[in-house]
Amino acid sequence: MAMLEVNDINVYYGSIHAIKGVSFEVNEGEIISLIGANGAGKTTILQTVSNLLHSKTGNIKFLDEEIHHLPAHKLVPMGLAQVPEGRRVFSQMSVEENLELGAFTRPKANIKEDMEEIFERFPRLKERRRQLAGTLSGGEQQMLAMGRAMMSKPKLLMLDEPSMGLAPLLVEEIFDIIKSLNERGTTILLVEQNAQMALSIADRGYVLETGKIITSADAKTLLNDDVVRKAYLGG
Amino acid sequence: MEFLFNLISGISLGSIYAIIALGYTMVYGIAKMLNFAHGDVIMVGAYICFFATARYGLNPLLGVLLSMVVCTVLGIVIERLAYKPLRQAPALAVLITAIGMSYFLQNAAQLLWTSSPKVFPSVVKGSVKLFDGALSVSFVTIVTILVCVIIMVALVLFVNKTRIGKSMRAVSEDKGAAQLMGINVNSTISLTFAIGSALAAIAGVLLCSAYPTLVPTTGAMPGIKAFTAAVFGGIGSIPGALIGGILLGIIEIFAKAYISTQLSDAIVFAVLIVVLLVKPTGLLGKKVSEKV
Ligand SMILES: Nc1ncnc2c1ncn2[C@@H]1O[C@H](COP(=O)(O)OP(=O)(O)O)[C@@H](O)[C@H]1O
Ligand SMILES: [Mg+2]
Repeated sequence: MAMLEVNDINVYYGSIHAIKGVSFEVNEGEIISLIGANGAGKTTILQTVSNLLHSKTGNIKFLDEEIHHLPAHKLVPMGLAQVPEGRRVFSQMSVEENLELGAFTRPKANIKEDMEEIFERFPRLKERRRQLAGTLSGGEQQMLAMGRAMMSKPKLLMLDEPSMGLAPLLVEEIFDIIKSLNERGTTILLVEQNAQMALSIADRGYVLETGKIITSADAKTLLNDDVVRKAYLGG
Repeated sequence: MEFLFNLISGISLGSIYAIIALGYTMVYGIAKMLNFAHGDVIMVGAYICFFATARYGLNPLLGVLLSMVVCTVLGIVIERLAYKPLRQAPALAVLITAIGMSYFLQNAAQLLWTSSPKVFPSVVKGSVKLFDGALSVSFVTIVTILVCVIIMVALVLFVNKTRIGKSMRAVSEDKGAAQLMGINVNSTISLTFAIGSALAAIAGVLLCSAYPTLVPTTGAMPGIKAFTAAVFGGIGSIPGALIGGILLGIIEIFAKAYISTQLSDAIVFAVLIVVLLVKPTGLLGKKVSEKV
């Protein structure tokens, strides 16, 4: 059974047709990479799955339930979380407060424990727990955004370009964390321009070009695919 | 002694402005709109308390509570009916709607309660004499300042320490990200209107206890001044509303006492303009946060 099923969505910004009949699925336990150049429509798709944007057609199912008509905030307690593009941490609030907000829909009882778990994974956040999120470096903000999403205990975690603007060493660290999250049972939908990295940890991949999915296959197959190599992996 | 008296009066008037300014500033912070009908909610609050206590002989405290309940409901209804449908509309459309809502409330009050002035019975009577009777301060003045302090402390604690308060700050910073946390943005906005309107009811009662003439336009001028105070202190900032309100009250009373009664309002606004020229975000206004 697919955990997330996206069927034939069409998303518009006014008269701009940004997503053109996209369908894909994410199975439980997988890491799925959705790769595409800047402006291909990756963010639009994630925002649509999170119901911050809406499709004119088709449907979206999460855990066999239609979700596209639900208000966005109802998806989080179902187990769907997103680390949005550009991190969007709450810059005027402390690291701890950001993490607490990540657990907004959960009972209060276990929050402290879960926060310690996040701090174990991201020791740098622990040192800065009382610092305002806006004062963190880009890499630290990315970790905070991930930690914040993890606080909701998602079944499916969607990440929008977590490597954006980060130094190579940090990118590797972030991808290691994504992998270990997956090993511990979280299903991952990873959106990236950094196709090499994204496909190297993925089970399967979809390639998006100007609002359409042009190929999908095993990650290994895509890594060796001539067209994909030319367009996204620098030849 | 006169100076001290004026100072206390200024702080007290400023406290009322501050309580009203909180409504403007919180709604602006969360919904990013100027709710110009806020001043008229004050007037409704005062009328409710007037009828409850003067006409139906209710205990003043119960009168205030009833007025808070009515205004809370009114605030939520105004937001749902007038502003919520315009969530995606241009700011100018929302502003015009708010001005329209303000006139609607004034006209409705005129229809319901006529424009003949009501003499508002103060909810706290009497005064205290200090310095062997050289200085007489009414209890309303003192209660007003105390109530303002209590509201401020409670609100700062609420916004900074509670889960709901934190979710309000999250919505004020980034609605989309807040939704990704599972925060219901619509109900957060409703809650903000509810709090602002309950405070408006308190402000209305305090205002009319100090200045007892109640007419359907009673809320208009204090509303505009409190809005000024909110901008003065830095719109969106709760401590800013306090500082802006108190300063505005002091400036107004001193201008009246030592310069000119007629010009006092002009002086108040002149000070505002100077402050905004020097510091466009107001005294405690937040810098626009930068993205790293
Ligand atoms: N708010 C918007 N208004 C109008 N067009 C937009 C908006 N956001 C994105 N687009 C357009 O939609 C397309 C897809 O954008 P996006 O989903 O951000 O791509 P990606 O995340 O793959 O870089 C682009 O052509 C972009 O210009
Ligand atoms: Mg994007």
